[in-house]
Amino acid sequence: MNCCDPEPEGMILREHGASNHAASAEHATERDASQGTLPKHHATVNPCTLCAPLGAVLAAAGVEGAMPLLHGAQGCATYIRRYLISHFREPMDVASSSFTEASAVFGGEDNFSRAIDNIRRQYDPKIVAVGTTCLAETMGEDLRMMIDRYSQSRSSSLPIVHASTPSYRDGHVEGYHAMVLALVQSLARPLTKGAQSASPHQGTTAKPALPAEARVNVLPPIVSPEDLRHLRQIVEAFGLGGTILPDYSDTLDAPIRSSHRSMPEGGTSLVDIGSMPLALGTIDFTMTGLVRGASDVLVERGVSKFLLGLPIGIVATDALVDCLEQLSAQDCPGWLEAERGRLLDAYADGHKYVYGKRVALYGDPELVVAMTKFLLEIGAVPAICATGARNRALSSGLAALPPGSVERVLEDTDFSSIEAACRDSQIDLMIGNSKGYRAARTNGIPLLRLGFPIHDRIGAGRILSLGYRGTVGLFDSIVNTLLERVQDSSSVGFSYL
Amino acid sequence: MPFELLTEREGQVQRTREGARLNVVCDKASVAGSVSQRACTFCGSRVVLYPIADALHLVHGPIGCAAYTWDIRGALSSGVELHRISCSTDLREKDVIFGGEGKLEASIRELVGKYQPKAAFVYATCIAGLIGDDVPAICRSLELELGLPVIPVLAEGFRGTKRDGYNAATRALLSLIGRGDTTKIGPLSINLLGDFNVAGESWIIRKYFEEMGVEVVSVLTGDGRVEEISRAHGARLNVVQCAGSMTPLAEAMQERYQIPYIRVSFFGIEDASDALYRVAKFLGDPEVLQATQRLVSREVKRVMPELRTIKQSLVGKKAALYVGGAFKAFSLVRALRQLGVTVVLAGTQTGNTKEYEDLQEVCDEDTIIVDDTNPLELASFLLEKDVDVFIGGVKERPVAYKLGIGFCDHNHERKIALAGFEGAVAFAREIRATATSPVWQLMPRRHRRSDVREDVTATGEPNELL
Repeated sequence: MNCCDPEPEGMILREHGASNHAASAEHATERDASQGTLPKHHATVNPCTLCAPLGAVLAAAGVEGAMPLLHGAQGCATYIRRYLISHFREPMDVASSSFTEASAVFGGEDNFSRAIDNIRRQYDPKIVAVGTTCLAETMGEDLRMMIDRYSQSRSSSLPIVHASTPSYRDGHVEGYHAMVLALVQSLARPLTKGAQSASPHQGTTAKPALPAEARVNVLPPIVSPEDLRHLRQIVEAFGLGGTILPDYSDTLDAPIRSSHRSMPEGGTSLVDIGSMPLALGTIDFTMTGLVRGASDVLVERGVSKFLLGLPIGIVATDALVDCLEQLSAQDCPGWLEAERGRLLDAYADGHKYVYGKRVALYGDPELVVAMTKFLLEIGAVPAICATGARNRALSSGLAALPPGSVERVLEDTDFSSIEAACRDSQIDLMIGNSKGYRAARTNGIPLLRLGFPIHDRIGAGRILSLGYRGTVGLFDSIVNTLLERVQDSSSVGFSYL
Repeated sequence: MPFELLTEREGQVQRTREGARLNVVCDKASVAGSVSQRACTFCGSRVVLYPIADALHLVHGPIGCAAYTWDIRGALSSGVELHRISCSTDLREKDVIFGGEGKLEASIRELVGKYQPKAAFVYATCIAGLIGDDVPAICRSLELELGLPVIPVLAEGFRGTKRDGYNAATRALLSLIGRGDTTKIGPLSINLLGDFNVAGESWIIRKYFEEMGVEVVSVLTGDGRVEEISRAHGARLNVVQCAGSMTPLAEAMQERYQIPYIRVSFFGIEDASDALYRVAKFLGDPEVLQATQRLVSREVKRVMPELRTIKQSLVGKKAALYVGGAFKAFSLVRALRQLGVTVVLAGTQTGNTKEYEDLQEVCDEDTIIVDDTNPLELASFLLEKDVDVFIGGVKERPVAYKLGIGFCDHNHERKIALAGFEGAVAFAREIRATATSPVWQLMPRRHRRSDVREDVTATGEPNELL
């Protein structure tokens, strides 16, 4: 397959034309409740999203030597830290400019400068990634000016990147995309061959292992550290280097140490980000809905983009493999072919147990879209597809499916709506993050935990669901969760299949 | 890079010395750019009011504040569980521009209609304050319209520290207290302030008082009910456990209703016994005192054998603790000492000057005392003091684990009741499971892979690895 085709099979094209919205209407999107079957709500009950700065912080955590700073009151940084810690179970330092009442009245520039000073003294970061809280956004804080003035007054060359992340506009998904976009916009400078040594950050970071010309950029949505490691393994299996942005596979899944590190090791290096415009292509697994994404910036800087769905299932992973074969001019390695075969073998073993099972999916749009396609691939029914994200990525991502593939789509929704939808949809299984636990428990539906956040189990960072290998594990978990329910509710029990 | 204490924080980090009186700087805003473990004013008010289970808790602001406080505490309810849902006006851009008052009114009406609460708390977050929504006026008018208490909690995050949030919660509680009928409340009656029924702890303590013949009029706010709280002014004594959050309320009730208060703790058998005796003595009833003696002596006898056994495996271990309020810190120092464990680092998010003085009294020499600390300080001190077990909340956990140090959760999220006599045993078991787990011996702090090889060769076995 030629992955440079304008509309390659198995790839989702990000278009936001009227045709897409018309198509999404066929899936009875209930984003605007007045058009759907749900009663109109004023209040949000049991949110299906976290706030935008959390996403920005998580994206920053995947950049080498980056210190996240939230401009606003202290609580935002602390709540976000607590949340990320409860999922990743890793140290997660997030600085705050710790507004007081005076800052809210007179502006927070003084706090901003003091915060950066103190971060530099304590953490010696290579970059500071700033997200803005609702408070700073509502006040209209001019971060660009503050950053310029800081750099000038301190004669500092420390890169400071800002993403605008008001939660009255965006949730964590959009905040994550906003920070990746900001990083690419300000750091992926269009360098020419041989100009790498002129990089302003040269000397602070190891050079890429492969020349930029043999690298591909990979833009994942929020996935697990294990997923990031496996994505890298797959890319490298084709003799390519991968610049994954962000890459928190080490920073948020670090080995135990005998000494404390103020900055965890790992993350995408600034040199690698700087070299992104020289890569062979950008594989973009994100769906930023109506908003311009980081891969669009890279297109402007001369790199082709390949919009793929998250590689879950045979078809979606094949699309990635095809793309990598095309980019590398190398064939799929034997071990990966073997993993594909094992996944098919698992499908043969388990297909009966999932056939026709009605599943409610919820979470970040990229994961829900990928899981929807995967469920269709194995004969299960994606009865409910829900997200708290507001960027319309879910409906546009599902728009390419044949009409009737999905029964209900809920966008910008909350868990009280998801719980109600599950109640009258005869759902056999819910798949999503820990926040669906209450809806699952209330309705007596088994819950398979996947995505972010998972904070009522350990090992969230070690869940692998991407690639053929990840899909095998996911498929087995789905089958076994359904089998366990049958076994537990059997009046006689059974000890073999 | 080597750890460096921020100049602005020097007064907030001190070490106890024989005969020296430390003046720990505290009760100030967190330093910008220092990664404080504290949350905000909103958080302070939210954690205190959260366990009131038959009230609606509506967060007026953009979605984050409500999302992060959904089902956040392990505060149990014996019945209705409205506190475990998360309600938000979920303000959007147009609300920020044109005002959120209409959405707030509609949300209160909708949620009161749907959930039929006994009262509604409306939390004003940063944005509600900044865009100038008149939350108190809306609450007043809806209280009249809907016929239930609709109480504003003015807790904009930038207004101060978590402590200021406690004050906001105090004002909210005071507006409930005094509304109820107190005629049936007897003279041997108390309120329990500052127990949040985490893992059912209020129930343990209530059971003790019931056995003593003491009427618990209300618990603020564990397994809380609006009706009970509204009668709280009829009790004879306020028994304050979480002093950090509830002293302001106790003081206000003393002033307004002439109810005296005592500060106690139910953590550890010494403090739990002391708390029960002090209540009995205050009430001055001989039967209550006798019942208390019977209870304490029976319970101590019941739990001591196991505590002694556990102590044998813990003697010489070193602990660090970083908790919300100072009273819990005092109790933990004593409870750990009884288990043979020495506290080498003690800190709080919200302690005040007097409390830090008391904390150094109870601590051994050369204990590090910290106010409003951060991960870099904690990590540095944990290593310096070679700590075996760190006691704190979820935010502190990975700091310990990543260094290969045991951790015990003594914060809202825990699922094991640690109060009272049975709680003292549960705590001892927790500390033992944490500090004596064999996994720590494998951690790089204690052990390197080359050590294994040496161990193997030392036994004389052939070692193929070498």
